[in-house]
Amino acid sequence: MLTLTCPCCGVIAEETEFAPGGEAHLKRFGPGSSDDEFEGYLFARKNPKGVHFERWRHAYGCGKWFLAARDTNTLEVFATYKAQTTEPPADVIAKIKAKRPDWEGYK
Amino acid sequence: MKRYSMFAVAREAMRFHRGWERAWRSPEPKKRYKVIVVGAGGHGLATAYYLGKVHGITDVAVIEKGWLGGGNTGRNTTIIRSNYLQDPSAAIYEKARALYEDLSQDLNYNVMFSPRGLLMLGQTEHEVRGYKRTVHANRLQGIDTEWIGPQQVKDLVPIINIDGPRYPVLGALLQKRGGTARHDAVAWGYARACSDMGMDIIQKCEVTGVRTEGGKVQGISTSKGEIDCEQLAIVVAGHSSVMAEMAGFRLPIESVALQAWVSEPIKPCMDVVVMANTVHGYMSQSDKGEMVIGGGTDGFNNYTQRGSWHHVEETTRALVETFPIISRLKMLRQWGGIVDMTGDRSPILSKTPVEGIFVNCGWGTGGFKAIPGSGYGMAELIARGHSPLTDQFGLDRFKEGRFIDESVAAGVAH
Amino acid sequence: MSTRLSKGGRLIDRAKPLAFTFNGKPMRGFAGDTLASALLGGGQVMVGRSFKYHRPRGIVASGAEEPNALVGLGRNARFEPDQRTTTTELFEGAETTSQNHWPSLDFDIGEINNTFYKFLPAGFYYKTFMAPRAAWKHLFEPIIRKSAGLGGVPKEADPDRYEQVYAHCDVLVVGGGVAGLAAALKEGRAGKRVWLIEQTPNWGGRTPVDGGQIDGHDAQNWIDSALVELSSMENVTMRTRLMAAGLHDHGYVIGYENLADTTPGDGRPRHRLWRIRAGHTITATGAIERPLAFAGNDVPGVMLASAVRDYIVNWAVSPGDRTVLVTNNDDAYRTALAILDAGLTVSAVVDAREETHGALPEAVKARGVRVLEGRGIAKVLGRKGVSGVEICAQAGEGGAVEMIDCDCVAMSGGWSPVVHLWSHCGGKLTWDDARAMFRPDPNRPPTGADGTGMATVVGAANGDLTLSEAMGGLGIGAASGEEAPLAPVWMMPAGAPDALRFKSFLDYQNDVKVSDVQLAAREGYESVEHTKRYTTLGMATDQGKLSNINGLAILSDALGQPIPATGTTTFRPPYTPISLGAVTAEAKGELFQPLRRTPIQSWHEAKGAHWEPVGHWRRPYCYPKSGESHRDAVNREITNTRKNVGMLDASTLGKIVVKGPDAGKFLDMLYTNMMSTLPVGKCRYGLMCNENGFLMDDGVVARLDEDTWLCHTTSGGADHIHGWMEDWLQCEWWDWKVYTANLTEQYAQIAVVGPKSRELLERLGGMDVSKETLPFMKWTEGKLGAFDARIFRISFSGELSYEIAVPASQGLALWQALMVEGEALGVMPYGTEALHVMRAEKGFIMIGDETDGTVIPQDLGLNWALSKKKTDYLGKRAQERSHMTDPNRWKLVGLETLDGSVIPDGSHAPADGFNANGQRNTQGRVTSTYYSPTIGKGIAMGLVLNGPDRMGEVIEFTGEGEEMVKARIVDPVFYDKDGEKQNV
Repeated sequence: MLTLTCPCCGVIAEETEFAPGGEAHLKRFGPGSSDDEFEGYLFARKNPKGVHFERWRHAYGCGKWFLAARDTNTLEVFATYKAQTTEPPADVIAKIKAKRPDWEGYK
Repeated sequence: MKRYSMFAVAREAMRFHRGWERAWRSPEPKKRYKVIVVGAGGHGLATAYYLGKVHGITDVAVIEKGWLGGGNTGRNTTIIRSNYLQDPSAAIYEKARALYEDLSQDLNYNVMFSPRGLLMLGQTEHEVRGYKRTVHANRLQGIDTEWIGPQQVKDLVPIINIDGPRYPVLGALLQKRGGTARHDAVAWGYARACSDMGMDIIQKCEVTGVRTEGGKVQGISTSKGEIDCEQLAIVVAGHSSVMAEMAGFRLPIESVALQAWVSEPIKPCMDVVVMANTVHGYMSQSDKGEMVIGGGTDGFNNYTQRGSWHHVEETTRALVETFPIISRLKMLRQWGGIVDMTGDRSPILSKTPVEGIFVNCGWGTGGFKAIPGSGYGMAELIARGHSPLTDQFGLDRFKEGRFIDESVAAGVAH
Repeated sequence: MSTRLSKGGRLIDRAKPLAFTFNGKPMRGFAGDTLASALLGGGQVMVGRSFKYHRPRGIVASGAEEPNALVGLGRNARFEPDQRTTTTELFEGAETTSQNHWPSLDFDIGEINNTFYKFLPAGFYYKTFMAPRAAWKHLFEPIIRKSAGLGGVPKEADPDRYEQVYAHCDVLVVGGGVAGLAAALKEGRAGKRVWLIEQTPNWGGRTPVDGGQIDGHDAQNWIDSALVELSSMENVTMRTRLMAAGLHDHGYVIGYENLADTTPGDGRPRHRLWRIRAGHTITATGAIERPLAFAGNDVPGVMLASAVRDYIVNWAVSPGDRTVLVTNNDDAYRTALAILDAGLTVSAVVDAREETHGALPEAVKARGVRVLEGRGIAKVLGRKGVSGVEICAQAGEGGAVEMIDCDCVAMSGGWSPVVHLWSHCGGKLTWDDARAMFRPDPNRPPTGADGTGMATVVGAANGDLTLSEAMGGLGIGAASGEEAPLAPVWMMPAGAPDALRFKSFLDYQNDVKVSDVQLAAREGYESVEHTKRYTTLGMATDQGKLSNINGLAILSDALGQPIPATGTTTFRPPYTPISLGAVTAEAKGELFQPLRRTPIQSWHEAKGAHWEPVGHWRRPYCYPKSGESHRDAVNREITNTRKNVGMLDASTLGKIVVKGPDAGKFLDMLYTNMMSTLPVGKCRYGLMCNENGFLMDDGVVARLDEDTWLCHTTSGGADHIHGWMEDWLQCEWWDWKVYTANLTEQYAQIAVVGPKSRELLERLGGMDVSKETLPFMKWTEGKLGAFDARIFRISFSGELSYEIAVPASQGLALWQALMVEGEALGVMPYGTEALHVMRAEKGFIMIGDETDGTVIPQDLGLNWALSKKKTDYLGKRAQERSHMTDPNRWKLVGLETLDGSVIPDGSHAPADGFNANGQRNTQGRVTSTYYSPTIGKGIAMGLVLNGPDRMGEVIEFTGEGEEMVKARIVDPVFYDKDGEKQNV
């Protein structure tokens, strides 16, 4: 039973207030993309055992989507941050690096 | 291998059971095998077993990070059914169910397959239509299912409440020869039979790398050294993405937690398996007398084998609503497993971008019931390059948009 | 035999006697008794039968670890099986029954299993019962099932209430023994918000029984003053009878509070489930004494040494007149002292250690008790009760050197810290060789949301078994006497032969013996999890609290490896079983799930509507009149609507406002067709697909003004679609200026349908709803009678039809006004089934019937709704994939049975031949099928291979039974093909 901090409204809340939304920072491919690109966009998932960037919606709160950096193996939450970004912000990366020196980094 | 029988037990009783031999050997790995199966769960062991039994390939190692049968094989709710809607699913689950019928005799190990009947309750008009669709599909697939009315449900399950104020039971999809089996015994029985065929089951051996050359598999690196192989089958539910990463490709998979729990044992009161998908819960009673309960998965990626408590509450509510007498029973033990969810919630039994590597994963919440069929099809895929049981479950379907979606028939796939 | 002592008993109130029954026999106890102490006090030593061999079983322990003494409690609707007597407080009128025997506790047919115990070792059922094949299901399993199970089956629904509550604190201290009290004091004094919880009714834990000095005071005095201070702190909350059942991720603790078990039916909630979110959890959960494995250690009267002194000191119950104490440690000598203090006899102390010189043994010796050193028990004599023990050399093979008469055996194999909570979320253990126990490894705690340790352990739970160690760890001086090290003893005697091992029990409830674990090891079930599952060790209702450590020590020995190499099984919640009622709480019956009600719901209820659940809504399926079948009611509703006028409560339809400068652009991405070009004042039917190209939702979109659109969605889809819109706006096109609001519940919506619908609206007066002012697919707003209405000229039935939206508060009044004005026109309400049939008659698709998550618009002949002009919309790229453009996809057609019958729901159309898996080939299936009262026969829609090219062809569908139904492929529009009726 996780607790997450919504970066939009600042509330620290129970997992039951949120709705999970899968891997973050996926690049959308539309018409004109190759079959491989489109398949990758829809289906290929990193699904790491470790640092994971993921989407959540504060569904029973402010309604906003946000992103979280979380360890899928320990459930540690490194940071939550706004959804309006195409990759994890530098400060989030730095936080994770500080705690997981062996982490290979965002790719 | 010494055969198991009532007489053998009686004979051993006279000498305090000192004469029993190991159920499976505990060998060190050889340098090279024709086929390596990674993962000594039910699916991996069954794959090895049918490679030997059907295709005569016994130069096989089954590599296991922990102990055999210790993953989802040993932590599921043991339900067996084949009342699936889509043809490819129905084929592989029915193959599995049919093999379960004779598995105890086949393996000379009592897996206690108990075809006690399985009900999926229809509790909305929409769900009823979905299950009727399944009955018609099953009829053409050669699977014996039927739709029964609420009174017949009550007759089969006296402890059920069919008049719940919110979701009265409108009827049920019945598969008379669905049921349960003893999950650990399935893994143990296959392991014993594989070992007896000369295959090496190597436990406590972690795979640390997959070696490929020119797009072809060469072998694996493990905590017990390098092992070469011609063919490699990755059958590691819960860790499929991690292994695929080692081999250099990605899978359409997310790993999530699924929970189950049991009550304290009581005298037998429910002879069939009941699934209530509208309210998200299912329950059976084990031979020991525990009510075995399961529900839905968590929605976020998770490798901890622990789920979130609120699912326990939701599912327990669903089942107390359906079976009011269980309110005064007590929850004895609660646990979780990690399941692979694919893009269409159906499994992947497939060749991969690397020649010689095969993958069997993505069974989601429904893997146990499929074990014999999955192993049978997977063995055929490895030995012959294709199998009618697995052909539709290839990775290519995601590129083509060819979903095998079982959720369409109103239900959730467990 | 056991009896009540004439004086003493720190927990009982002799002024408050309580009457109860055991198997119908009247018995008496006192307030403060547990069921177990009252049973023992009344001389009831044998209280049940074991699971497998049906061996007689007595009370072993005095707390949560008790494996044997489980009873059925209560009767009828308040019957509860498997109730642990050692943790159940006695109450007036308690009715208890022993379990797992037939016909009686004293004479049990099932005990025949015990006679054949040699034939029933661990896992025997895996090796037998295989032939013939059908025998398992029909012969063996029924027999095994009949003897399976422990408790009886409740027969009625639970009449009691349960509740759930949240609590938040900085520090949660679990366990109200002296370590827990000290930890709570420390945190409380530091100003933290502290919760201190204790599973039993009493504070102080074991210390009041064991004695000692804390901080210079007598232990009990220290406890009393600690309680006074804690009670005075406003930041400290203290609760007894509240167990921490599990420590879950991110410091989420499930607490289980017993409120009214002793006052059944008093109206209070019986149990309360606490969801405690703790900043940090301190577990002070104590330790559990281990039994010793000797032959006959399961005979009633063989008990844990600590339990024997608990019963004497706490409840003034003597478990026996002459006790033999068997131990491998000094602590157990406290039991000898307690027995002597109570004026009872210690026949001997049997100590497995070669020499004993500690203060405690010396004190016992000083009181004239024989201490046999280097000795063990070869076997216990007696069947339903202890009559004596055979003494042997511990180092030997069990040859008896002496026989000692006794009626009670108190045993102690050392102590194991209670590490369950620590372990639930991954806290690791370390093996302490000197003390022969697993204890929490402080370097590997369970970690919380921030990655740091979320729990610490104090006291005996941390392996600090003596009072001075436990309190010393908390910085408090304490004294309880020196204790010499224990000698690990996993089997007694060390060289016990098979015949003794087959009678040396590890798991009492499940009848797992030393020999079973050794057999498992011999057969290759070497992992501790294999052994557990193969032998069922630790899988009983005590979850191995007594048996696990002994079992894995035996296993380690059999494998020739050290105990830490074997490891433990996984600790899983709950710590002790918790009622499913508490997990359910109030969410049952009508409150099972939230019920969404439309503003008009009360009217439907008053009219006796037959309901259909739709999401969390409950919509009228039809409105049967007295004596009318549902089918007849639906037909009547349809006929009346098509002939006169009908009304549908359409309030559940999703209503989402999309507004802003980029709203048009956004909707063009969302819908397959063009919405930006929709003129203000007009409506357009639209389709939404997901990124996989599958049709997801549909509905009518109205453009309200230059930058505002109102999107109608399906009833079940509103929340999802609103979330979907927000997802794209927030996560993909966050620079687009669009605002959305889900107004579904802000409006009531009423469909007024049928040739007389215009007349009905005109009777209310106000707005002009004429064909000229409000033609088909336009909307308008204004006053309809007294109501603020927005009226859409749209139709899902093919009839002249208006959908009227009013503020939710006016919904019921408008409905009633329409009913009154419509009476002369023959107005009737209609339900969802009539809605479905009428749309099917018109060939309109229904999301969830024609679609199922795998159907694309092209399958349904909806290509006209797929914009060719747009370069992109959600789902467009997906629909270009090979499987989506496959010409052999099944396509929508109408189906007309040759004999007028209704094709069954879900029917499939077989094709020639079989596929590679031996399944019959198929060429189509029915998606909607109804009896049409309008056409007077069965109509259907279905998806058929190349269907639109096969008009007029007759194909077969599966019928209800073996027979097939012949149907002709026709146009899906059965009614008013030219749309004249809706366009008047």
